[in-house]
Amino acid sequence: MNLAITLLVALAVSSVVGTVLQQNKAYESYIIKFGPFWFEVYKALGLYDVYSAGWFVFVLGFLLVSTSLCVYRNAPGFVREMRDFRLQHSARSLRAFAQHGEWAVALNAEALIAPLENYLRARGFRVRIKPQGAGLLLAGMKGAANRVGYILTHVAVVVICIGGLLDGNLPLKIKEWRGEVRLETKPGILIADVPQESRLPVSNPSYRGGINIPEGASTRDVILRLRDGYFVQALPFEIAVKDFRIEFYDNGQPKSFESDLVLIDPEREEPLVQTISVNRPLLYKNFAIYQSSFTDGGSRLSLRAWPLGGGAAMSMEGVVGGNYKLTSPEGALSLELTDFRLHNVKTAPPGSGKKFADIGPSFIFKLRNERGEALEFENYMLPLNLDGRGFYMSGVRSNENLPFSPLRIPVDAQGGVAGFMRFHAALRDPAQRVKAAQQVASAGPAGASTLGETAAELLERFAAGGFAATQEYIRTKLASLPSEQREQVARAYITLLQNSLYTLYMNLDLAQATDAGKQQQFFQDAVDALGALPEYGAPFYFELADFNQLQASGLQITRTPGKGIVYLGFGMIVIGVFVMFYLPQRRVWLALSEEGGQTRVLLAGASNRDPLGFAREFELLRDGLTERLQRL
Amino acid sequence: MSTSQETLIKDFGKPSFFGTLTLFDWVWAALALSGAGYVLYRYGAVMEAYETGILIGAAALVVATGCYWKPLRVFALAVAALSLSSVWLYGTQLANAETNFFLQYLLASQSAVMWMSALFILATFAYFISLFARSDYAGQIATALTWSAAASGLIGLLVRWRESYLIHPDVGHIPVSNLYEVFILFMLITSLLYLYYEGRYKTRALGAFVMLVISAALAFLLWLTFARTGGDIQPLVPALKSYWMKIHVPANFIGYGSFSLAATVGIAYLLRERAERVNPQGVFATRLPSLEIMDNLMYRAITLGFGFFTLATVLGALWAAEAWGGYWSWDPKETWALIVLLNNAAWLHFRFTKGWRGTPMAWWAVGGLLVTTFAFLGVNMFLSGLHSYGKL
Ligand code: HEM
Repeated sequence: MNLAITLLVALAVSSVVGTVLQQNKAYESYIIKFGPFWFEVYKALGLYDVYSAGWFVFVLGFLLVSTSLCVYRNAPGFVREMRDFRLQHSARSLRAFAQHGEWAVALNAEALIAPLENYLRARGFRVRIKPQGAGLLLAGMKGAANRVGYILTHVAVVVICIGGLLDGNLPLKIKEWRGEVRLETKPGILIADVPQESRLPVSNPSYRGGINIPEGASTRDVILRLRDGYFVQALPFEIAVKDFRIEFYDNGQPKSFESDLVLIDPEREEPLVQTISVNRPLLYKNFAIYQSSFTDGGSRLSLRAWPLGGGAAMSMEGVVGGNYKLTSPEGALSLELTDFRLHNVKTAPPGSGKKFADIGPSFIFKLRNERGEALEFENYMLPLNLDGRGFYMSGVRSNENLPFSPLRIPVDAQGGVAGFMRFHAALRDPAQRVKAAQQVASAGPAGASTLGETAAELLERFAAGGFAATQEYIRTKLASLPSEQREQVARAYITLLQNSLYTLYMNLDLAQATDAGKQQQFFQDAVDALGALPEYGAPFYFELADFNQLQASGLQITRTPGKGIVYLGFGMIVIGVFVMFYLPQRRVWLALSEEGGQTRVLLAGASNRDPLGFAREFELLRDGLTERLQRL
Repeated sequence: MSTSQETLIKDFGKPSFFGTLTLFDWVWAALALSGAGYVLYRYGAVMEAYETGILIGAAALVVATGCYWKPLRVFALAVAALSLSSVWLYGTQLANAETNFFLQYLLASQSAVMWMSALFILATFAYFISLFARSDYAGQIATALTWSAAASGLIGLLVRWRESYLIHPDVGHIPVSNLYEVFILFMLITSLLYLYYEGRYKTRALGAFVMLVISAALAFLLWLTFARTGGDIQPLVPALKSYWMKIHVPANFIGYGSFSLAATVGIAYLLRERAERVNPQGVFATRLPSLEIMDNLMYRAITLGFGFFTLATVLGALWAAEAWGGYWSWDPKETWALIVLLNNAAWLHFRFTKGWRGTPMAWWAVGGLLVTTFAFLGVNMFLSGLHSYGKL
């Protein structure tokens, strides 16, 4: 029995391991976390996939064996006990029970047998009667099923383990260990390119895999993720996603999603057509197909790439999931389109009367340089309305754990980004900068001969390094001045820069048709964006001109031959446990003996569980009997 | 003898069960069944088969528990009357909560929960006064306060259920879907379990200990409400839209509540055991129930918890098989539920196969609370997995 307890505790403790260490992550993340030495140690211990590590399976197997043995040893005794009414008790031994009561009745024992037997039967006891010395013994028992509860519970543990084993990946482990198959660890290759040694045959008895299928496409394979790689599992049928639909709550959270599936099995005459959704899988033979997620299935995006180093916008087409080569002044770049979102629901601005507002489609992409470093961007298709002005938003971040920091490009009079881009190009052009600086100088006080040069210098710094660089430049200029003059001079520099930028801007004559107030506002917003642009880190701004959305349905496909067995075990354990706890075995005895014309009636009782509860029950039994015997 | 053998046999064989039923028992059964009948008649056409099943099962359960534990009936009737009034006051307008006096201060979900909080705090004080001042009167007040607090909590949950539908029919769902809601459920179940044993064992001395656990849960609830706006009703993610949730979560919380109760009794046991040695005239040695009773109570609580936690884990597995594509994924929450079960199975085996009783088992039950708490909260706070709905 020590063994049972040790095993239960051992299993509990081993189970903890896999919950504190996230399982089946990419190996790199473990190396970063533990360092190369401990990474290897933990790997050897199987800690990255504890629940199928050899030692864990061993503990489970041990539990299985010992529970079986336990039932094997105990069950026969228990079954015998269920039939045994314990008729060997004597009046003496019964008096020693904690629960007993005694009466003397002026009737002969013979006349009492039938009423007493009836008394016990009416209270649920099964009764056996045996003559005993001068009198006789009535033995009652109820709750014999309590022992069945024990057997059910413990057999259930074995049954569940066996079913679980059938559904586990032990066969795969063995194949892997014997070198018959090899885990594929290269990310991002096409299923078709996965080598034969990483493919599992249709005959594989149990698995649980996932696959994303774009609308209109179909598959005969699923991906089984394991540790830091995956296998490709062949299915005995083909699954096509005819349509995928998703609904949202007002706050943009997904409300429900569903797919229309067609399952084509050569063994069936007609394809099976069914719609699945979360919590409503398709069940077919030993297989179950679940709606588990959704992603982009390769939406087509029409983009306009605005080079931030100057030059005309280029149009390009791309598909989400695709990789595109670009050239920029800073070298070759690759554009990786990673996602497209049709809806972006944010909290609505106050006063709009609504809680949430959809700010329209966006797409997410990465720009990777030749050194492999990438920045991630999220660009919105439609301008966002902020304080009554429109802005094209583009978020950028260098790391997935950071929030996107936004760049806000003001909408021009035509509703696009062209105006801003022209302003930007002018700022990058030395000739236009010098021209604007001279204009500012000539309008200024006559004696200030260096004004034009300073203005040009400021513009150049601003163009190259934005707000940060300009500030730095002004700070170095101020260093030689006495401190009380600094503030005043700094303000003069800023005014000069502001005037020069404004002149540069007015030279472009972008303003057409808009009123002076709007024009001024646009200028301010554009300067804010230009000042932040050097931080943006990308040589292009990508504008989403058009799209054609294609969604993919994320399916999980499982093959679980042991599921029925496991469910049987579930039923057994629930019934067994409740029977064991709430159907205590209760035994009572009535010993009758005739003494001098009277009959002595002795009642005693015992239960194998809940002594206090039984004491109460016994009291009722005794009182009921007292009442009836008194009436005689 | 005047009685013939025949009548004698009959008299002895009179069933004991129906004879013990009172008029109230019959009225109670009639009320519960006609309530269920009304719902079936009104909404039967739009109910799915499993909902009908749950309704009938629930009605039978209500009748049975009411006959088994009589005070529950007054409680249930009061809760039903007040919740229905609240639903009636709301009508179809959620905004009534801001204009109607009764809703605003009493019967809107959040108000009822605030009442529950206040009453639990008062009950905690009353139980402590009753224990240390050896005052039975304070004890009676404490019991009444606890009943009222539990009623407020249940009203709060039931009304919240209705409110979620008033926000939008799509948003409507049973309030057992996030931490705020299950914390109320936890306090409710723990206090009711305690009240049952209080009546059964005729002792109020354990109240102070149980209320400490409830107060700790309350502190957490208030923090959630005010620091995390956890009280807002959120729509359900698709995975949670399942009838399994309605039975899986309550079964789990009967388990959590029972295990917490076992641990608090364990603490009381240890205090009394020590007091009997060092201070036999003190409060702990004289007011707390006997060691035998507490030992038995611990066992009862653990078996109840074990039964329901087994059921909940099985239900969870069946649900997971529908929602996640597998009945067992070794997800941290799942695994910790298993650990809780294994821990308690080990406890039961110690008691049954090795016959251990008393102090070591009490220590173990107290330690078990740490395991249970981790499974309940720790997993949400420190580990990530598929059960990420109740994230902190
Ligand atoms: C995961 C595995 C197991 C579970 C969940 C389990 C569960 C239980 C439960 C709930 C009880 C009832 C305690 C009570 O009546 O209050 C029990 C009793 C018992 N178990 Fe286990 N058990 C397991 C494994 C084992 C093993 C491996 C053995 C033997 C080596 C064992 C032997 C016993 C015995 C002898 C009893 C007492 C029966 C009685 O006297 O009524 N159990 N078990």
